[in-house]
Amino acid sequence: MTTKKRYERPVIKRLESNMPAKFGGRSNFEAVTHIENIAVGELISRFGSPLFVISEKRIRKLYKQARQAFETRYPRVQFAWSYKTNYLSAVCNVYHQEGSWAEVVSGFEYDKAISNGVEGSKIIFNGPDKTEEDLKKAITNQSLIHIDHLEELYMLQEIARSTRQRPKVAIRVNMDTGVYPMWDRFGFNYENGQAWDALNKIMYSGNMDLMGLHTHIGTFMLSPSAYAVAASKLAQLARMVQQKYDHEIKYIDMGGGFASRNTLKGAYLPGQDTNPHFDDFAEAISSALINSDYRPKTPPLLILETGRALIDDAAWLLGTVIANKRLSDGKRTTIVDFGVNVLFTSFWYDHRISPAQPFTAYTEDTVMYGPLCMNIDVIRENVSMPLLNKGDYVVVHSVGAYNMTQWMQFITLRPKVIMIDTEGNPHVIRQNEVLANLSSMEQIPPHLATFEL
Amino acid sequence: MTIAVTGLNAIDSPGPGVAVIRGLLEAESFSCRIIGLSYESLEPGIYMRDLVSKTYSIPYPSSGMDALMERLQYIHQQEKPDLIIPNFDSELYSFIKLAPRLKKMGIHTFLPTLAQFEERHKVNLPAFGEKYGLSVPRSKAVYTANETLSLDREYGWPLVVKGKYYDASLAYNHEQVKAHFNRISAKWGLPIIIQEFVHGTEYNVTGLGDGEGGVVAAVPMRKQYITDKGKAWGGISIDDKKALALNAQFVRETKWRGPYELELMKDKSGNYFLLEINPRIPAWIYLAVGVGQNIPEALARLAMGWPTDPFTHYEVGKMFVRYSWDMIVDLAAFEQISTKGEL
Amino acid sequence: MKIKKNIAVSENGFIFNPSSGESFSANPSGLEILNLLRQGHDKESILNHMGENYQTDSQTLERDLTDFIETARQYHLFEHEDE
Repeated sequence: MTTKKRYERPVIKRLESNMPAKFGGRSNFEAVTHIENIAVGELISRFGSPLFVISEKRIRKLYKQARQAFETRYPRVQFAWSYKTNYLSAVCNVYHQEGSWAEVVSGFEYDKAISNGVEGSKIIFNGPDKTEEDLKKAITNQSLIHIDHLEELYMLQEIARSTRQRPKVAIRVNMDTGVYPMWDRFGFNYENGQAWDALNKIMYSGNMDLMGLHTHIGTFMLSPSAYAVAASKLAQLARMVQQKYDHEIKYIDMGGGFASRNTLKGAYLPGQDTNPHFDDFAEAISSALINSDYRPKTPPLLILETGRALIDDAAWLLGTVIANKRLSDGKRTTIVDFGVNVLFTSFWYDHRISPAQPFTAYTEDTVMYGPLCMNIDVIRENVSMPLLNKGDYVVVHSVGAYNMTQWMQFITLRPKVIMIDTEGNPHVIRQNEVLANLSSMEQIPPHLATFEL
Repeated sequence: MTIAVTGLNAIDSPGPGVAVIRGLLEAESFSCRIIGLSYESLEPGIYMRDLVSKTYSIPYPSSGMDALMERLQYIHQQEKPDLIIPNFDSELYSFIKLAPRLKKMGIHTFLPTLAQFEERHKVNLPAFGEKYGLSVPRSKAVYTANETLSLDREYGWPLVVKGKYYDASLAYNHEQVKAHFNRISAKWGLPIIIQEFVHGTEYNVTGLGDGEGGVVAAVPMRKQYITDKGKAWGGISIDDKKALALNAQFVRETKWRGPYELELMKDKSGNYFLLEINPRIPAWIYLAVGVGQNIPEALARLAMGWPTDPFTHYEVGKMFVRYSWDMIVDLAAFEQISTKGEL
Repeated sequence: MKIKKNIAVSENGFIFNPSSGESFSANPSGLEILNLLRQGHDKESILNHMGENYQTDSQTLERDLTDFIETARQYHLFEHEDE
C-alpha cells in the first residue's frame, strides 16, 4: 500500500484583482517545528497546551547584547531587572546571575526580590504606591528609593526624622522628549520646575542622601532620539545640583521602554524589521550623557531598567487549534486554545504566529479567536495563515514580556511555564493552575455550604 | 545589463515603473533587459511584453524583509539582475536596509540613506524644514482623531489629512477630518499628519542627487490637469529659477542620494513651500526623459558606479499628456502570474 | 452535484468560469476534489477516495468537504443550484 499524503484542508478562493498572488505570501511563513531543538509536539505532549516556553540561552544572549551595546559606549553601566515585566523567580534569577539588580514597583515585588536573594542595596524601588511600611523596610535595607510625588517625599522626611536613618533617594523626572504620549503622570515635571523644586527640598532637608536621577519616558519606544533628549535633561539637572550644592549625583537611571521585535497594532511594516536595536538606544543615551555639560569627578553610573526588550523575544506561547469555522459572511475563523486572558499582549500587538508543522503555499485570511466565551477574545483580527487543521499546533513569538504577569485567571486556568536551560533541558518553572489553587483562597459562609436542586 | 524594476501599476493612479523602464530602454549609453517585480496580478506592466522580459511577483512590504530577501534570492538565481530600482515609498525601507546584502550578491541600488529616508518623512517635515532652512507648511502628527480638534484654530480650514506613506484628503470640517483619519489610518497606520493648507499653485521637481550634495538632474514641471485621484494627467516642463534654486538647496543641504520628487506650492506672493519629498522617481518621469534628462539612465549609471555627468540643460515648454491603453491579454498569462508568480 | 461543463480547471488549480468571467484558485486537495466532482463522483465516493489517500480522519474530511462544496456552490460552480 502506498503511504498516505499529508492532509491539507481543500480550499477554493476567488482571485480578486487586489489580492496578492498566493506565493507572494509563501515565505511569510516558516513552520516553527522546534523551540531550542525540542519538537513543539513533544513539548505539548509532555507539558500540555497552551504552554509558555522560555529559553534561558536566549535570555542570556539578549542580555549580553544589551550590556555590550551600552558598555562599549559608556564606562559605567548597571542593569536592573524590571520585575513587573516578568517576575517568575527562575527568570529573575537568570538576570541576577548575569549581574542585574532588581527594579520593583510595589511592596509585593520588593519582597519577591528580597526572597530571591537580592541585597537590599541593589533594589531600586519605583512607583507611586509605596506604603510607610514599604518605605521603612527599604530605608533599613538601604535600597534606592525613587520618589514619585511630594507626599512620598514628605513621608520619607518624617521617617528619616523619627528613625534617624538616612534614606537613599532619587527622584523620578518626567519631561517632554517630543514623543507622544508624554508620560507626565509619574514623577516630577522637568519643564515646569517641579523636578528642580523637589531636588531642592531633598538637599535642604539634610536627612536624605540624593543618589540619583531617574526617568522613564514611555513604553515600546521606537525613537532612540527621545532618550537622547531625556538624558540631556537629566544631565542638566545633575549639573544644577552640582553647581548649587557641590553634590555629585551617583547615578542616572534612564528607565526602560525599549521596543522588542513585536509589531504594534496599526504599524505597516513588521516590528522585527523596523524597531530600533539596543545599539541605537545605547548610542543615543551614551552620547547625550558624554556630550553633556555635567562634568563630575566620577561619571555617574548609568542604570537601565529595560524589561521588555530583554525578555520578550526569549519566550514563545505554544497552542493548539480547536476548530475552524466560518462567520455568516463567509469569513474564515480559527479558534485556538489560548485567549487574551493568557496572551494579554494581543491587545497591543499583531503577534507573529507560526504553524508548527509543514504546510503548502496556500493561505487564507483568518480571524484568530481564543477559546473564551467572550467577544473580546481575539488573538489576531486578520491574519493570513496556512490552512490549519484541528489539532495542529501554532507558535506565538515574542511573548516574554508582561504576559506572565498581566495574565489573568478568567474562565480558564493559567497554563504551565517551562524554561529550557542552556543545555537544552526543559524545567517547569511555574505549574499550571488547578481548581484547588483557587478554592484554597475562598471561604464559604456556613449557611451557603449546602443546597438542594 | 539586467535591471529589475517595481511599480508596474500603470493605472489611473500610476506607479512610475513603466515610465522608468521606457527611460532605461531608451538609454544611449547602455542596453538592458528588464525584469518586472510586481505585487498584484493585474499590474499592467506585467503584460507589456515589449518592455518587460519577465515579471516575478514579490511579497508585500508588510510581510517583512526576510520574505522579500528570500524572494529576491530566488529571482537572483533565475535572472542575475545587476540593478534593482524600487519605485514605491512603502518598499523603500526594506530595500535600503537590504542594499548591503544585495550588493554582496552583485545587485546594485542607488537609494537614499536610511537617515535621509527617515528624516524627510511627512511626520518630520516641520523639523526637516527648520534644519535645512526650507519653508514648509505647518503640520502635526496625530495619533487620535481627538487631537485634531484644536488644529483648525491654528491652521484654519481646510485641513490636509495625510497618511504616513500615501493618501491625502482635504477636510472642511471636523466630521470630514474624522472620516479621513479613520480611512487613512486603517490602510497606512498611525500617525496621521494634519497639515495647513497652502493656497496657491503646485509645482513639482524631479531630480537625482549624487549623495555628495551635487544635483545630477533636475526638471521642474507644472501640472496642467489633475485627475480626481490628484494625479497629473498632463504637465509641462517649466523654467522656474526659484524652484530650481530651492531644489539645489535641498540636494546640497541634505546631500541627497538617489532620485526624488519635490512637491512645491507657490502662494500668491510668490513664496515657495515644500509640501513633500518623495524619495523615489515620480510617475511623470518620462517627461524628464523627453526633455533631455534621462534620469533612469543616470540613476543606473550612478548605481553601477560609472562616471556620470550632471545634466545642465532641458527643453522648456514640453508637455506630457498621459493616456490609457487597453491591452489584449490571454487568460493563460493571468493564470501564470496568479498561480506561479512568474510570467 | 456536478461542476458546470464549461468551467475550465487547469493543472495549477486555476479555475475559470467563462459564463461569469470569474477566476478562482484551488490548492492541491481542492483541485483533486474538483476533478473528482467533474468525473461525476458523489460525496460518499469522494470521502472514500480522500480517506484512502490522505492522513486524516473521516470526521475532519466530511466537515472540510462539506465546507468546500458549500463554498464552490456559493461561487456558482455547480450545474444545478439546488443539487
